[in-house]
Amino acid sequence: MINYLKRNVSLTIGLGLLIFLILFTVHGLLTIEFKQAYPLAVRPKQPPSLKYLFGTDFFGRDLYTAMVVGVWQTAIIGLLAGAAGTIIGIVLGFISAYFSGLVDVLIKFICQILTPIPAFLIQVVIASSIDKRDVTIITMAIVVFLLSWMAPTLVIRSQVLSMRERQFVAVAKLSGMNSLEIIFKEIFPNLLPFIAAAFVAQVFQAVFASFYLAVIGLGPLREPLLGNTIWAAQSQSAFFNGWWWWPVGPSLAMILILGSLAMINMGLDEMANPRIRNKE
Amino acid sequence: MEHLLDITGLTVSYYTDIGRAIALNQVDLKLKQGEKLGLVGESGSGKSTMGLAMMRMIKPPGKVEGGSVVIGGVDMLQLSDKEMLKRRLSTISYIPQGAMNSLNPVLKIKRQMIDAYKAHYPNHKLDQILQLAHEAMISVELPGHVLEMHPHELSGGMKQRVCIAIGILLRPQIIIADEPTSALDVVTQRQVIETLNRVQQKIGSALILIGHDMGLMAQSMDKVAVMYAGEIVEINDVQTVFTSPKHPYTQALISSLPRLQNRGEFRGIPGMAPSLYRLPNGCRFHPRCNQQQPQCQTTSPPKSVFEDEKYVTCHLYEAS
Amino acid sequence: MFVLKRLLFVILVVWSASTITFFIPRISDINPIRERFAELARLGGFSAGELEKIVESYSKAFGLDKPLMQQYFDYIGGVMTLDFGVSLNKFPKTVLMLIAESLPWTIGLILVTTILSFVIGNLVGALAAWPLSPKWVRGISTSFILFQGVPPVLLAILLIFFVAFKLNILPIAGAYSIGTIPDFTFEFILDVLRHQILPGIALIFGSLGTWVLSMRGMGITIQGEDYVVFAEHKGLSSYTIFKDYYLRNALLPQVTAFALALGNVITSAIVVETIFGLPGLGFVLITAIRSNDFLVIYGIVLFITITVAVLMALVELLYPLLDPRVRQGQE
Repeated sequence: MINYLKRNVSLTIGLGLLIFLILFTVHGLLTIEFKQAYPLAVRPKQPPSLKYLFGTDFFGRDLYTAMVVGVWQTAIIGLLAGAAGTIIGIVLGFISAYFSGLVDVLIKFICQILTPIPAFLIQVVIASSIDKRDVTIITMAIVVFLLSWMAPTLVIRSQVLSMRERQFVAVAKLSGMNSLEIIFKEIFPNLLPFIAAAFVAQVFQAVFASFYLAVIGLGPLREPLLGNTIWAAQSQSAFFNGWWWWPVGPSLAMILILGSLAMINMGLDEMANPRIRNKE
Repeated sequence: MEHLLDITGLTVSYYTDIGRAIALNQVDLKLKQGEKLGLVGESGSGKSTMGLAMMRMIKPPGKVEGGSVVIGGVDMLQLSDKEMLKRRLSTISYIPQGAMNSLNPVLKIKRQMIDAYKAHYPNHKLDQILQLAHEAMISVELPGHVLEMHPHELSGGMKQRVCIAIGILLRPQIIIADEPTSALDVVTQRQVIETLNRVQQKIGSALILIGHDMGLMAQSMDKVAVMYAGEIVEINDVQTVFTSPKHPYTQALISSLPRLQNRGEFRGIPGMAPSLYRLPNGCRFHPRCNQQQPQCQTTSPPKSVFEDEKYVTCHLYEAS
Repeated sequence: MFVLKRLLFVILVVWSASTITFFIPRISDINPIRERFAELARLGGFSAGELEKIVESYSKAFGLDKPLMQQYFDYIGGVMTLDFGVSLNKFPKTVLMLIAESLPWTIGLILVTTILSFVIGNLVGALAAWPLSPKWVRGISTSFILFQGVPPVLLAILLIFFVAFKLNILPIAGAYSIGTIPDFTFEFILDVLRHQILPGIALIFGSLGTWVLSMRGMGITIQGEDYVVFAEHKGLSSYTIFKDYYLRNALLPQVTAFALALGNVITSAIVVETIFGLPGLGFVLITAIRSNDFLVIYGIVLFITITVAVLMALVELLYPLLDPRVRQGQE
């Protein structure tokens, strides 16, 4: 295992970053005062210093606290939406591939039609229709996942399709297993790497999408989501006023989060695709 | 007559995670102009490596570690990369094993012949080249309009013939055909072999046919070389190899061929070919040999040369 | 025929997009007109009864009092003729006018960045997998791949911070320097270009990594193909092999991927525009969101969907020109 990690560079770096982020967040959550992530808590417009590690913003939030809470909230959105999307993907993908026929055609058709629609834009529409006060972390997660379940569905469906035809399923059928048993004992274990990859991809998508929505002002505005902070900074013309630390801090945090997820994604891809693995 | 092809001491190894595999070990081979040689052996015997080595197409982790491949007085292995590029297809050409995928799917056949020509004679006029391409098509019995088609529109046999046509385009002195019929059905196999023979005769080039179909070898070749575990164990004219094989391996090979007379009794050769990473000491065939002698386990057998290009590598013939 | 199938697909996509776009907001109770006037009223003082009357009369004018299905059909009908309705915020400008005014800014940026990142990314990726490339090419490709996870937005912010804020080489935001009057003079165009550099770089590097990575993977596969080996047997020069046998075949799936990526490109562009305050489609969209100008929001969303669907269909139609295996109707 350790040897493999040494060879799969991206997976290692990704996991490393992720662990660092988790430690940072956990430590942060245990040591901060939540209040300080909200407006009018501390002296505003302070540049980074020993007291305020990341400075404070125009509204009086301590940006360090805001970042910790923000990362935590981003994680919640990512995990919730990611899990939801993956589960739907598994269920629909399975049903579609295993039972084929009309159900399969229907599911596949819907997925194909919905894919070219720029998901982000629809999310914009949904998010802008909700009353601004009702937008919370949970609603963001829902909005994000509503348009991302198609991809894992198609991926899992194609994997199950290819597996269904393979010999070990035929053997299982011949030896008397019924459908349900085959599904859980034979097919599912082989799907695990793809499910893992799909989950990571979904989390990545969710974090990405929620970030984008927040950056254009559609997030739960009171919460210190990283995207929100950047949006707030831009709408107060942070750079023009010289408060550079305001958007830069959250940006760096976001880069770390997305970067680690992307690396893990790449690493999992390499693991699941033996051909690329053998080349290097 | 001077030899066209003179290979001496050719050694090629592959270096992998598992170790060093000696694919060719001190191989000697001579060929006259217009001669047809069949190179037979089981998988892993080194016959394909021979073909690649002659074209200087051995890639890492493979390495040519010694020997010379002299064609027309020039050692191919000593040429610069650029010069070797010029020699490929014009002096010595290679017809690949699976023609299924050997043609570029996005280019027309005509284009793939033109670029081969232009790489060697950049100053020729286009209509000249087209004329030659056309002639090449006719000599492999394909209609001219095939030039305008794309590979996916052709059948397996047609694609193989196109590859032959490309192989003879520049009238090379030596043609290497690496199992040109393995992926084809029996009827097409015959067609392709006939085509190959015909064009070879027309140009007068020497032919090295690599394969494991003994029947095919018996029908059209002048000489046969038998390879085992990276060495040529026997090379002689085709009659002798089939009627009085010298090396125990060749003997076992010939006797295992099904004949019309003896039905039902098929004799294979017991044991398996050795891994090229762990070759046995002494003679490489000795573990499976039924005529083993004490020295076979310790010393490598010498080449016992009959006439200039014919020899056998076995202790049994050491006296001569 | 093939074309008809594609056309049908495009229509279906657009239809579902417009249906979704229509029904979703109607689920919530928000009346955009009431919102708008409530805002105005908040600034200027109001009387509740009067407000309702105004809202009612305007609603009637905008057709919001008709039954839902009727509104739906009117809406679909309008979409077919590209009539997206009128902007509530910037009345009497129609949504179409707003789009037309801002489109040039967005298109210029997207066109250049998409093409550049595709070309550079694929070339670097192809070279990275080619055994004869010098080592430094592979080094570059690895660093490009690292950019993959970074959305253009974040890159934009960092760029602004380092290049514009600290070093003051390029402007922080805006499409042209504050105070200049748009004109077709040389200086103006130069000024505009200066302002496009940072957004351009951010967008290019955002998608560069994806192309490099996928092309490199493709390149490794293609290299092992028999026809590349045979090309070497023919004695062709490395340059010819690279161009005609390797690159041409490896690019094919990338073209398809390009079509699929169009949606992402546009969304990234929009968000980057907001960061830089460029007056393109993104800017109009954000303003509409902030002022609850529903019709503009839907209009832009639909417009983009239609464009992406049409572009995707176009790419698929042109694909047979590149790959003869897909051509139909030949012997």
